[in-house]
Amino acid sequence: MKHVLAILVENKAGALTRISGLFSRRGFNIENIAVGETVTPGIARMTITVEGSDPVIEQVMKQLHKLVNVLKVSNLSKEPSVMRELVLIKVRAETGSRSDIQQIVETFRGKVVDVSPDSMIIEVTGTEDKIEAIKMMLDHFGIREIVRTGKVALLRGAKITREA
Amino acid sequence: MMKEKMLKGSAMILKALELEGVDQVFGYPGGAVLSLYNQLYDSSLKHLLVRHEQAAVHAADGYARVTGQPGVVFATSGPGATNLVTGIATAYMDSVPLVLITGQVASRFIGTDAFQEADITGITLPITKHNYLVKDIKELPFILSEAFYLASTGRRGPVLIDIPKDVFDQEAPFAYDQKCHIAGYNPTYSGHAGQVNRAVKEIRDARRPVIFGGGGLIRSSADQALRELAETAKIPVILSLMGLGAFPGDNGLFLGMPGMHGSVAANYALTETDLIIAAGVRFDDRVTGKLDSFAEKAKIIHIDIDPAEIGKNVMADIPIVGDVRLVLEDLLRKLKPGDTGKWLKQIESWQEKYPLPLGSKKVERGLLPQFVIRELSRLSEPNTIVATDVGQHQMWTAQHFIVRTPKRFLTSGGLGTMGYGFPAAIGARFAAPEHRVLCITGDGSFQMNIQELATVVNNNLDLTIALINNRSLGMVRQWQEFFYEKRYSHTLLAESPDFVKVAEAYGVKALRAVTEEEATRAIEEAYQLKGPVLIDFVVNPGENVYPMVAPNHPINQIITGGDL
Repeated sequence: MKHVLAILVENKAGALTRISGLFSRRGFNIENIAVGETVTPGIARMTITVEGSDPVIEQVMKQLHKLVNVLKVSNLSKEPSVMRELVLIKVRAETGSRSDIQQIVETFRGKVVDVSPDSMIIEVTGTEDKIEAIKMMLDHFGIREIVRTGKVALLRGAKITREA
Repeated sequence: MMKEKMLKGSAMILKALELEGVDQVFGYPGGAVLSLYNQLYDSSLKHLLVRHEQAAVHAADGYARVTGQPGVVFATSGPGATNLVTGIATAYMDSVPLVLITGQVASRFIGTDAFQEADITGITLPITKHNYLVKDIKELPFILSEAFYLASTGRRGPVLIDIPKDVFDQEAPFAYDQKCHIAGYNPTYSGHAGQVNRAVKEIRDARRPVIFGGGGLIRSSADQALRELAETAKIPVILSLMGLGAFPGDNGLFLGMPGMHGSVAANYALTETDLIIAAGVRFDDRVTGKLDSFAEKAKIIHIDIDPAEIGKNVMADIPIVGDVRLVLEDLLRKLKPGDTGKWLKQIESWQEKYPLPLGSKKVERGLLPQFVIRELSRLSEPNTIVATDVGQHQMWTAQHFIVRTPKRFLTSGGLGTMGYGFPAAIGARFAAPEHRVLCITGDGSFQMNIQELATVVNNNLDLTIALINNRSLGMVRQWQEFFYEKRYSHTLLAESPDFVKVAEAYGVKALRAVTEEEATRAIEEAYQLKGPVLIDFVVNPGENVYPMVAPNHPINQIITGGDL
């Protein structure tokens, strides 16, 4: 099963390496990873998607906790949460296919953010399912390049993931 | 308020060591630490100069295992720092507190592949509890106090501080707070009361309980609590290699070590038990054998300060995160002993039926290593500190040398580092000046840090080196005999030097024993002498370590002797 972990970490030199190194060293596979500043200066939030059984994920979380720079680890897959990923897709777009592409983009509530004579860049945000779906639809026109931010997630409601 | 004094980096380090109560460090100078060694020149801090940086870490490790306080190491950048790596990994695997201070190339050269530059914080990331690269002199005071705090609390471990050459000479205000607060680091010390109560109930109801203890007992000084628990509730005790000494080796409730080279009684007990009280152990593969068939009938109470150890290899029915001593003391206050009479009789019959093998019975056997270890044990005072290297002699020592008190048996259990024993014994010499220090080593292991003969001579250290010389890398040879059709690929060390002559060339008194009578006489003589002594015990090269459980086999499938 896939688990989405939120990790609050002191934004110090090497902190990121410590975390990613731990995954490879102990044989845990990172599916994707997203990092950014939080509202508290000096504290970054990492969202890591990792595949594994419950005992494996428990071990991952315990090992992460042991890292001195890690302040908090929570498994957002265990609670109601909002998960999103942003993707930029460069798709082949000759004059004849543009309107078809445009229609698909609208259906998925995406945006065309760049156009050139023979290609377009599409921005789309959503869950994994949605992104897979639009990818499949655009594949037909020829996807030339794709870049994904990695999944980010927040707990639903007023609850927040805090440092302590 | 007193105005904070301005100090330069080198002075800060020595001041911090003084405030931490450190009076002995181990190290080796070099370009990047010239300033630190210059500061040391006028200091009262004692520094042991080794002959290879690896020996400095192992010596500090031996010192730390005996005193319980962090061992401190100085080394220079680049090769000085990378030479520490094996020692750091050794300490990390065995949870030994160390603070390592390495020099780094000057700040402006970092990242340029400068002379003697190595990214030691990067290299040691997976083998330190934490590490630091000091970029700003103002951070040095709190980094020093954090390093000592991290190394010596929670699950102990090595912490490395890498300091660029220029930072040693920069000045900043020095305020030192030993009670530092680290946001992401809050070890749990006392066990959860509800879980402890459940454990009490399980102990009362168990009919075939065992205590299985490890290195955690020693790090947390839980030996008294353990003894009281075992003796009050009449529960037999099994200790892992790392735990030896936490319970008296000559106590009637002691079953020895479990696992690959454990006693038959210990392995049978772990197989038949209905309750394992696991204290400060991590269920290493050398202990459990085939995991699926390990302790199938048992409930497991697992006490450890590191939550990540619980549920890592075996699932615990009652997990208790906390300091082993505090948890055992809590258990003792609530303890309701169960009836273990029948179980103890069963164990006794196993012990009688399967005593430890004493070696091959052939007439032409020559000197048996098992005999040598037993003689060393018989002739050593109870508080003798024994440091071993790694291999057959290590297992024979674990089996046949009776360790009665904690912090007296030093061995590289987790990493299995050949070359550990001799320098660790040197460190122990400084940790306990009033007690005998004995290094039991092999001809393979000893040659991995043989250069330290110079260190023991220069410092006239009272130390006995018992070299179990079988002219081979015995443990690997044993595996080749059992599992690789006796194809002894590169394990026979026929061309070894004459160790007596080598020792004498360094100025170390040396003896040789090839018979049992000579062995006994050599030990007696060595124990009368002052200064370093080496005894070259020329033993039967074909001896194997028994009992043995083949890797990844159930631990009740034991070979007690003979060919496989």
